[in-house]
Amino acid sequence: MAESQTTDLQKLADSEYKYGFVTDIEADAAPPGLNEDVVRLISAKKNEPEWLLEFRLKALRRFFEMLESEGEPTWAKIDHPSIDYQNIIYYSAPKRKTIDSLDEVDPELLRTYEKLGISLTEQKRLQGIAVDAVFDSVSVATTFKAELEKHGIIFCSFSEAVERCPEIVRKYLGSVVPYSDNLFATLNSAVFSDGSFAYIPKGVRCPMELSTYFRINAAKTGQFERTLVIAEEGAYVSYLEGCTAPMRDENQLHAAVVELVAAGDDATIKYSTVQNWYPGDKNGVGGIYNFVTKRGACRGKRSKISWTQVETGSAITWKYPSCLLIGDDSVGEFYSVAMTNNRQQADTGTKMIHIGSNTRSTIVSKGISAGHGQQSYRGLVRMGPRARGARNHSQCDSLLLGDKCGAHTFPYLEVRNASATVEHEATTSKIGEDQLFYCRQRGISEEDAVSMIVNGFCKEVLRELPMEFAVEAQNLLGLSLEGSVG
Amino acid sequence: MLQIKDLHARAGDAEILKGIDLSVRAGEVHAIMGPNGSGKSTVANVLAGRPGVEVTRGSVRFEGEDLLAFAPEERARMGIFLAFQYPVEIPGIANSYFLKAALNAIRSHRGEEELDAMDFLAVVREKMKLVEMDERFMSRSVNEGFSGGEKKRNEILQMAVLEPRLAILDETDSGLDIDALRTVAYGVNSLRSPDRSMIVITHYQRLLDYIVPDFVHVLADGRIVRSGGKELALELEEKGYSWIAGETEALAPEAVAP
Repeated sequence: MAESQTTDLQKLADSEYKYGFVTDIEADAAPPGLNEDVVRLISAKKNEPEWLLEFRLKALRRFFEMLESEGEPTWAKIDHPSIDYQNIIYYSAPKRKTIDSLDEVDPELLRTYEKLGISLTEQKRLQGIAVDAVFDSVSVATTFKAELEKHGIIFCSFSEAVERCPEIVRKYLGSVVPYSDNLFATLNSAVFSDGSFAYIPKGVRCPMELSTYFRINAAKTGQFERTLVIAEEGAYVSYLEGCTAPMRDENQLHAAVVELVAAGDDATIKYSTVQNWYPGDKNGVGGIYNFVTKRGACRGKRSKISWTQVETGSAITWKYPSCLLIGDDSVGEFYSVAMTNNRQQADTGTKMIHIGSNTRSTIVSKGISAGHGQQSYRGLVRMGPRARGARNHSQCDSLLLGDKCGAHTFPYLEVRNASATVEHEATTSKIGEDQLFYCRQRGISEEDAVSMIVNGFCKEVLRELPMEFAVEAQNLLGLSLEGSVG
Repeated sequence: MLQIKDLHARAGDAEILKGIDLSVRAGEVHAIMGPNGSGKSTVANVLAGRPGVEVTRGSVRFEGEDLLAFAPEERARMGIFLAFQYPVEIPGIANSYFLKAALNAIRSHRGEEELDAMDFLAVVREKMKLVEMDERFMSRSVNEGFSGGEKKRNEILQMAVLEPRLAILDETDSGLDIDALRTVAYGVNSLRSPDRSMIVITHYQRLLDYIVPDFVHVLADGRIVRSGGKELALELEEKGYSWIAGETEALAPEAVAP
């Protein structure tokens, strides 16, 4: 009985990973290998100040030390061959550099973005979204810079920020994710290529959503973005990050670091991600390794950081967007939908570290496993000794499609203050054949039914996404399901 | 409208239907009664096309078409509706969203224009009065947290909105108290029409006091062993299913074998 049910689900239309194509642009690339020379090359290419080069070199040395003594972290429920760090290219840039107007962008690049469905044109302008596009390590175009500048908002590539406001970068870089935090963050700190930077001054509410798109193009290039978002007292910003990648046979490493700082009282940062890296083919060959360190610090009182993510791609995902709730009454939120299909593996979750009093955190994690996908939710809620009256509510739900996939939950709750409250709920369910049949008996096709049920399952999370992204996310969920649901 | 001929069906290794013959014309209401395990729900499942039930012999023609050749959603769009015995819950999907999607799928198949949210709401409001359901139910998730009675009323509401040609009610009375039963029956009766047929599956004669059938068939061990008018149901209630079993034995001893 289970067999035919699985087969029925599997009969959903196949869909090619539609972003699998390569742009033919002459790249300026370093030879493969990880050493001091490569790091100096990267730093020189970007005209970085001495202190930043030192930061990188310190991290590089530490990286080799960590690799030597501890090796790669193995506590995650993930299976992958050891990464050969010497066989990766750490720098690759299209020949053109950052420009101010879209007219100056290489038309080939623009066509690429169009194919990806990313419009850097007037359309986006009308929708009021400032777009910064990172293409293989170099930010290509940033629209709306001038308008944002009127408000005193700085939104540009990380490299540009180092040139424009080095004191700000220096103050906050590594302040939330120290350079030796974990192996991949350390690697990133040594070889980070580029990323986005946003600074919202005191009392300013960013008038539009800030958006960035990433893409990994050249073979054997790991991408190491570094993103830094700072909101001063009373500031507000909503930031969208979206990713796609072309089809490749060799695995590609993606070790990014994102640091968010809600620096002043009442500062708010909303960070949304819709991620669709190439997941590997049906047998798990190829695909992106997505090892990311994302962390936000709520320094100010009543400050707030929300992470919202929809993850459907990537061969292996390892990320725990986290919040350090330092300021009293600060709030941390984590809303996530993660989908694993075929042979994908994901070990993801969040950490909410409550330090200040009356801090609050909310975790809503929805995991969908299909095919032979394996997904683990790993969450840490820590209530420190000073976290008087702190509260957490966690809800982790797993949905299994078919009977060859797996979902696992590892909640860690550490409470060191007697007045803190922690609530944790978890459910696991299958899309029942009864539910599917019910929908079909009412005239709804099987495909639409699965899509509906999955969307219903994820509703609480999708609701948190900025509207722009909500549509893309829903489509992505549908697209990912079409690719063989087991 | 519906012609079932020599229908044999199996679920897993068990042979459940062992030769069903049934004809239903437009406008007729047929009741199917029988003890547990007789195969009543299987008849409903075969007609609706539930996966896991295999037809091993026989045919089913619906409005001239070979019904068994169609997928469940196609059959629904052709006008077949099954009111489930145990309606399933679908969290996260609002009743209104679900029903609108269903209605539009069926309308589009019939070549009618799909309804937008406003028009749909107007249609639904009308029909909700039939089953005495509060508008608030529409924004709740499908059957989530509904009581037994509410679930059954929701089934009838959907039936009212989707306007099927053939409605199969699978033990719609199970788990209902008298008041809920009356409400459901009232809703069903309001949907009777000369171009709509119904197959009412039930254990008890009680439902048939409210939804008066034109024909009654008694199912035992995978076969229809008796057919008659509505009085047959009364006779059954008086004498019990063992009376039928007794009669069946006399007729076909091999049918009683496991």
